[in-house]
Amino acid sequence: MKRVIESKEVAGQSPNYLLAKFQDLVDWAVNSSRANSLWPMPFGTACCAIEFMATAASRYDFARFGMERQAFSPRQADVLICAGRLPFKLAPVIRRIFDQMPQPKWVISMGACASTGGIFDNYAMVQGIDTIVPVDVYVPGCPPRPEGLLYGILLLHKKIKGESLFDAERRRDEQPLDERGLRLSPAEIDEVSEPFGNSVHQFRSS
Amino acid sequence: MNSQIPGWLRETVARDGETIVYVARERLLEAMTWLNQTPGQDYDYLVDVTAVEFRDRERPLEVVYFLRSLSRRADLRVKVELDAAGDLAVDSVWGLWHGADWLEREVFDMFGISFHGHPDLRRILMWETYAEGFPLRKDFPLRGRFSRAEQVRQALNANPEAHYSLDELSIADAWGDLPDDMRERLKRGERGVVPE
Repeated sequence: MKRVIESKEVAGQSPNYLLAKFQDLVDWAVNSSRANSLWPMPFGTACCAIEFMATAASRYDFARFGMERQAFSPRQADVLICAGRLPFKLAPVIRRIFDQMPQPKWVISMGACASTGGIFDNYAMVQGIDTIVPVDVYVPGCPPRPEGLLYGILLLHKKIKGESLFDAERRRDEQPLDERGLRLSPAEIDEVSEPFGNSVHQFRSS
Repeated sequence: MNSQIPGWLRETVARDGETIVYVARERLLEAMTWLNQTPGQDYDYLVDVTAVEFRDRERPLEVVYFLRSLSRRADLRVKVELDAAGDLAVDSVWGLWHGADWLEREVFDMFGISFHGHPDLRRILMWETYAEGFPLRKDFPLRGRFSRAEQVRQALNANPEAHYSLDELSIADAWGDLPDDMRERLKRGERGVVPE
């Protein structure tokens, strides 16, 4: 608020008028509303989902940050939280769920497997869900502790508050699949899926 | 056992309190029928069907059946050896234990071993259009045969609703009563035989 609004002090009284750029005021109002009332769509496939549930339950309670209502319907959700590894068989499913969510929408990739494939560098597993859907926040960990997920959610709040309805560069756009049915180019997918760590000792061809 | 049906028992191993019998491939169904239906044997429960391929390429593949007699509280392991270079096929035991349906489908999906007489032999874990081969075979590379980009492309172009046949959905008989949009969706799927 300090950035967008100036107030005029009259001696001995509370401020009696405000000056702000209309666009900043609208962005501030819209972004605060969005950030402080995110409706998560949980997509839990593995142990990260257990930590996700712990984050939702009373001890950590992400309702404190406005995520009061978990939407188990993509039509009424605006942040998709992929908690756990994603096999190729589920790739069209998570893409369809993402497509069914109304704009504006965000994606949190929770844990090592969702972000990179993790230890599952094999024939069945997507090597990072960012090859399928655009990801806003990656939460590292195997699985991340609830504090980690909460930190990721707060980072997402920060990101949302930096968006703008009026600035084309900071506006969120729909990111449909291209005519090949891909989100990234094949070269990019191959690059982000390259083996790392111990798995470099494995061989691709037989 | 060998005296009952001569010729079907190839080898018996009793180790650590477990009994393994090796059965000739051609006599498998006969042997299983005998184990299932003979009084005093009564192996009425098929716990699992699986297969093994060894690192030693000379050794044959094994299809392993875990049998249990609930009344006698006895376990038996039956193995069939298959030459990897030859025809990877055995008779299905679905007629004796209907529980073999999905177990044999899993072995088919992972190893490419076909089961003669199985009512619905197709992939169960991997999706219907999976074209890279049989993942648990030793000649299958860990990351699959296609590039990651091609795998993502095929996965994203898959139809997530194409996994069920009309029979599995138990609606084949109700085809005429289905709403039009559902019929359209089922027609579009790769699975299922649409009634004329």
